[in-house]
Amino acid sequence: MHSTKLKRLIAVVSSFAMMAALSACGDNTPADSSSASKGKNSGISGEFHGAGASSQQGAVEAWIATYQNHNRNAKIAYNPSGSGAGVSTFLTGATAWAGTDAPLNDQQIEQSKAICKSGSAFDVPVYVSPIAVMFNLKGVSGQGKHLNMDAAVIARIFDGKITQWNDEAIKAENPKVNLPATPITVVHRSDKSGTTNNFTSYLKAAAPNDWGFQPQENWPNEVGQAAKGTDGVVSSIGQADGTIGYADLAKAGTFGTVSVKVGADYVAPAADAAAKTVNASPLHAVPKGSKRVVVNVDYATTVAGDYPIVSSSYAVACPAYKDAKTGAFVRDWLSYVLSDSGQKVAADNTGSAALGGALTQKALKSVSAIQAK
Amino acid sequence: MANTSESSSAGQAMPVAVGQISAGLSAPGGGGTDGRRNGLDFSEAKPSRHSQDKIFHAVAVGCGALILVALGAVVLFLLLRAWPIFAGPQAKTSAVFASLSGGKAHGFWQYVGPLVFGTVVIAALALAIAFFIAVGVALFITFYARKRIRTVLNYVVDLLAAIPSVIYGLWGALVLVPAMYPFWNWVSVHLGWIPLFAGPAANPPRTVASAAVILAIMIMPIITSMTRDIFAATPRLNQEAALALGATKWEMIKLTALPFAKSGMVSASMLALGRALGETMAVMMVLSPGMTYSWHWLQASKSQTIAANIAAQYPEADSLGVSALIATGLVLFVITFVVNLLARRITRKGGAR
Repeated sequence: MHSTKLKRLIAVVSSFAMMAALSACGDNTPADSSSASKGKNSGISGEFHGAGASSQQGAVEAWIATYQNHNRNAKIAYNPSGSGAGVSTFLTGATAWAGTDAPLNDQQIEQSKAICKSGSAFDVPVYVSPIAVMFNLKGVSGQGKHLNMDAAVIARIFDGKITQWNDEAIKAENPKVNLPATPITVVHRSDKSGTTNNFTSYLKAAAPNDWGFQPQENWPNEVGQAAKGTDGVVSSIGQADGTIGYADLAKAGTFGTVSVKVGADYVAPAADAAAKTVNASPLHAVPKGSKRVVVNVDYATTVAGDYPIVSSSYAVACPAYKDAKTGAFVRDWLSYVLSDSGQKVAADNTGSAALGGALTQKALKSVSAIQAK
Repeated sequence: MANTSESSSAGQAMPVAVGQISAGLSAPGGGGTDGRRNGLDFSEAKPSRHSQDKIFHAVAVGCGALILVALGAVVLFLLLRAWPIFAGPQAKTSAVFASLSGGKAHGFWQYVGPLVFGTVVIAALALAIAFFIAVGVALFITFYARKRIRTVLNYVVDLLAAIPSVIYGLWGALVLVPAMYPFWNWVSVHLGWIPLFAGPAANPPRTVASAAVILAIMIMPIITSMTRDIFAATPRLNQEAALALGATKWEMIKLTALPFAKSGMVSASMLALGRALGETMAVMMVLSPGMTYSWHWLQASKSQTIAANIAAQYPEADSLGVSALIATGLVLFVITFVVNLLARRITRKGGAR
């Protein structure tokens, strides 16, 4: 009946889609800084897959784009399926590397011996970003605006002990701010999440008396509201007045953020302050596996200028691959990711903290030992 | 697009089509026997007719078996993949449940209990909201609407039924939920003395009540389109008889259409309930989950459904965690199975008149 109309409609829609797709091809190359990896035109070619933490997705996409600019024959794809799923996939041997928010556990190290040519898998930190406590409060919040809070107050808010924005405890730390009597609505993650793990680790370490739960990937109490994924949390915060939640600093948008008390002063969330914390943190003594670089983030830091609420995310690789070509790729790829230019690309595109210093040197040492022959 | 005319025309077309097919399939060049056959005497029938029958029989049996095989495969998959969590060492499995529930549950039943509760409550609430509206719409379409309005409404209902649940979820999470806060707030203020509506109403209202409303909107078109077709098939004679005895329109509907359509309405709502029980995306986007046995429908973080929980936890779960989630899926499977069984029972009783 309306077949001609329908055809016309399909033609119009599909042409739009084509245009969109074509234009998307052009402009997704991120801000490239200097020349990329040392392995420039090192003959890396083939198709390589990674999977894992969705927190790394933005950074990995930026890395892939710049890396492929310099290695035209390498085709890389990253599936942000989640840390657990990513490591499971890696342990079946289906991917070259995995991204994960949680370091490997003993069982996973044991399982990895089956897929690595020799030795067991190792993990190195590749992506660090500040987690901001953000709030939406009429007359108080706004882009670049901060409220001061110490760890105890944050813990009591997220545990439902402080229920009003004009609570004395908040007032005491913000004498100049006119706080309304709006009820506080806490927003947290409903899914298993590395961000929740980092945030609860901070609360437990910095305010042990006010936070009675163990650090974990699932939110431990029934206070406030839960939403799926970082985007769900951010949109829920935006939907009502008086909300407070936690998410990557890059997503803070027009919300106010909390300056956290460290030592004697308050530190606003910032990438470089987060990097400072991670670089100053001690390495975790891992019981199993070699070549591993696992950071034991010092959430209770009192060093001036450190921002303590950080998420650190790892790349998982084998010291030797059954397929030498994959080994050569992973070595070259992770060397680029950990290089100064790689870290800068991620920071420019996602607002993450550029790593550097002794920690990265240690990680690079593990990576450059990957057998490529 | 009234379905009745469609089905009747199809009914007329069927014999013709079958005749053509059988004519086309009969052996070529075989003008064949001119012997007249009555309907019972197949002694001189061609062997090709027999083999056709056999083929059709085999195909039909195969299709029937395929359904059973698929169902069996699903059950087997669920059992096999869930097995590690039941067979695993106690310490390990309780750690898995603790990590999945934020430290609130340590055993399977402790973990799945609130989930079952949430699933059933939200689905039942959605059905309670949707059923009466859907039947009302169907009655209006069949007995009251003018032809033009009827056509438009039929289109709209079919269109609503075709919208994917992700779209409902997005719309619900971004538009409907914030917009519903004033209403829920009013309810909690004025009806708060009923425990179900105890305040304070959550803001944004990502609650059991809001999730049930979204699900109700989702399943309404299913019930409407099925009951509409059944109402349309109410015997004309009965209707006319009722009217001839002086019944008003409403009495006529009450005496003829509703009793006639009773079992159909039940099976339509059971189909809809099945969809509500298994709905994942929309619930995950709208509901703020919690693991409690709470009847406070206007407060957030009280309940969670099994399907949405699987979707939310799966990406970050390790192998034992996945087993635990699949075990909850097995429970959901059993629930839907029981619901369907009950529906069968009810419809059989209704249809036995």
